[in-house]
Amino acid sequence: MHPVIAYVTAALLVGLGVYGILARRNAILVLMAVELLLNGVNLVLVTADATVKATYPATGQAFALFVIVLAAAEIGVGLAIVLQLYRMRRSIAVDEVPLERVQ
Amino acid sequence: MTAADVLLIGLGAVAVGSGVLVVTTRHLVRAGLWLVVTLAAVAGAYLVLGAELVAWVQILLYVGAVVVLLLFAVMLTRAPIGASDDLDRPRWPGLLIGGGAGLGLAALFVAAYGATKVRRPPTGTAERLGEQIFSAWVLPFEVVGVLLLAALVGAIVVSRPDIGAGR
Repeated sequence: MHPVIAYVTAALLVGLGVYGILARRNAILVLMAVELLLNGVNLVLVTADATVKATYPATGQAFALFVIVLAAAEIGVGLAIVLQLYRMRRSIAVDEVPLERVQ
Repeated sequence: MTAADVLLIGLGAVAVGSGVLVVTTRHLVRAGLWLVVTLAAVAGAYLVLGAELVAWVQILLYVGAVVVLLLFAVMLTRAPIGASDDLDRPRWPGLLIGGGAGLGLAALFVAAYGATKVRRPPTGTAERLGEQIFSAWVLPFEVVGVLLLAALVGAIVVSRPDIGAGR
């Protein structure tokens, strides 16, 4: 088995995630791109677990599980913020978010 | 070229192809559905790589929970069902940085692991992974529990107008 296939897939997923974060205006699509990026990271962790000998067995898989849990927490808080933004401004375009203090 | 290689190439092509559609489609709902395809293909790659528990957690948590949450958010923000033209900003900064990051990382991995061949690892059962999480990684596990509680409280405070930011 050539682990480089999975590694290159993961690298391309990370690139797609970065592109989506930078190029999308809709906040929900930005969050979807973040999910792509985190999936690339997870794929690297799982592939490294199959490739590299670690001190503890299954370290990469344990890390991947932690990253999945963190992604779930991130998406919960992120969507709460997006919905609150929609309630306040009727728009979730990230380049229309006011960066000064809202009164 | 073993069967695992063929499976990894196929699943990787599906994941990257539908990932491209996630970040380029002009339909909000379709972006969420293409995300399902990407996540499922990555879960398949986990299975090939011998991470059985991670694959099923990926299906349960990502496809089952995260995508449903995202689609709920799409509907709660009254997104139009058809194609929308205002979903994208100018593309070139994203193309430059995203392409640079993706292709640079890919080149790095090819240089580091291009010739490496490993035996397909034995399928990691939940028992083996659970033993590790509850022995070597038990402290991070507990901290993640606290973090999930904090995220829960934070999401409730942010979204309740009577106690949160909307006051």
